[in-house]
Amino acid sequence: MNIETVANPKIIVKDLNFYYGNFRALKDISLSIPEKMVTSFIGPSGCGKSTLLRTFNRMYQLYPKQKATGEILLDGTDILDKKQDLNMLRAKIGMVFQKPTPFPMSIHDNIAFGVKLYENLNKNQMDERVEWALRKAALWTEAKDKLRQSGTSLSGGQQQRLCIARAIAVKPQVLLLDEPTSALDPISTAHIELLIDELKEDFTIVIVTHNMQQAARVSDFTAYMYLGDLIEFGDTSSVFTNPKRKETEDYITGRFG
Amino acid sequence: MLNLYTRRRVINALGLSVSVLAMLFGLFWLCWILFTLLDQGLPALAPAVFTQMTPPPGSAGGLLNAIAGSLMMTLVGTLIGTPIGILAGTYLAEFGQRGWMAPITRFINDVLLSAPSIVIGLFVYEIYVIRVKHFSGWAGALALSILVIPIVIRTTENMLRLVPSTLREAAAALGAPQWKVINFVTLRAARAGIITGVLLAVARISGETAPLLFTALNNQFWSSNMDKPLANLPVVIFQFAMSPYEDWQNLAWAGALLITFSVLTLNIVARVLFRQSATTH
Repeated sequence: MNIETVANPKIIVKDLNFYYGNFRALKDISLSIPEKMVTSFIGPSGCGKSTLLRTFNRMYQLYPKQKATGEILLDGTDILDKKQDLNMLRAKIGMVFQKPTPFPMSIHDNIAFGVKLYENLNKNQMDERVEWALRKAALWTEAKDKLRQSGTSLSGGQQQRLCIARAIAVKPQVLLLDEPTSALDPISTAHIELLIDELKEDFTIVIVTHNMQQAARVSDFTAYMYLGDLIEFGDTSSVFTNPKRKETEDYITGRFG
Repeated sequence: MLNLYTRRRVINALGLSVSVLAMLFGLFWLCWILFTLLDQGLPALAPAVFTQMTPPPGSAGGLLNAIAGSLMMTLVGTLIGTPIGILAGTYLAEFGQRGWMAPITRFINDVLLSAPSIVIGLFVYEIYVIRVKHFSGWAGALALSILVIPIVIRTTENMLRLVPSTLREAAAALGAPQWKVINFVTLRAARAGIITGVLLAVARISGETAPLLFTALNNQFWSSNMDKPLANLPVVIFQFAMSPYEDWQNLAWAGALLITFSVLTLNIVARVLFRQSATTH
């Protein structure tokens, strides 16, 4: 359960602590996220799995009372460093949230919004990029005839895929998924899980889920967290079939949490 | 034994009839007002109302100059007040989490929101009319804009706070700077609500008399010069309704009818707009 277990790390977390005001929500977390694989964070509510995910794009900086200490290396550079440009960091690390968050604009503009922040594309190039992103997110066939319609006119599952399309349209290197299917029905969930499998060819994916079966299905590596501690980290099959720690075993067998 | 079901039915019937009576009581006065307005105003609502100027007593005339003056001052007042109100409301909602500025601004705004409009008329009289030494349309518009600002600030802040914070996070997660998040995402999401607030502010100022008495005063003749005293419906109604001349009184009824129904229309438009936005989200 340490840094050496991962052959090709994209993100390396070293001694990360996180505070909500005076409350210490993450305690000396160290782990590495392998490149172009799916890593899942599991654990009971309040264990810090979302908090950990939100340090990777410094989402917590929106809120004045939250702070992180330690190091998070993305390709060797510390992203917690004050000199790190926040917007450039977020161009490299995309995020999808628990509830679908389409912007109040057309499907096309939802995707173009992020792209326009970094690239100056002409209309044709932008249309191509929108199509590319929608195809990647497996939404193209459903959305191609209503690109000018509001993003909020889509169903919940489609909205979530729109959010994934919006995140990957910027061509990030890492994709953070914060319980991306917990607000969706089983069919939409299956859609998104299939999608995650395809997306890991191009992106490093980190997913927070409270659904253990989902973690077992989609991820290559799994981290089990409890009360701000990283209890166990390893490849998914061994965490689920042969956990090293008793706490992990109790949780995944349903005796706890 | 009076069983539970019967007891509940009795209490339900009692509660329901008291509520219906209260509703009817309120509605009764409203209907009476509307009925009186229609009864007295409709006969007076001749085409001449829209084509002729306010007359001297005893001769025929209309309200054209007053209608035009009211429209001009309401428009200018709204144009001055809306941007300030939206900007200040945005500041309170999006940047007002830290520091001491926002709570103080919010408090002062609440005071301003409930300030009697005659005080605002006197204020503009004191700071503007006295200095330029004459009443004017600009002064009227200024007084109206001071009434618009707190209403728009309040609705803008409330509507922006209704935008879920996950939407802000989603835009920030794409790497958008805060000004883009606010301009393109949160303000857009709150757009219908903010427009509703502006319409309600317009409805509010279009019937205000007191602030105009001290600022725009009145003008018997046609004028589109904002730097001169300007005729306007509320003050004309005030003056004509108090007069002993029957033709003036009739014109006052026509003016009252016009204002009431424009305000009613604005309110209905605002509600329809807001409901549409509520169903699409």
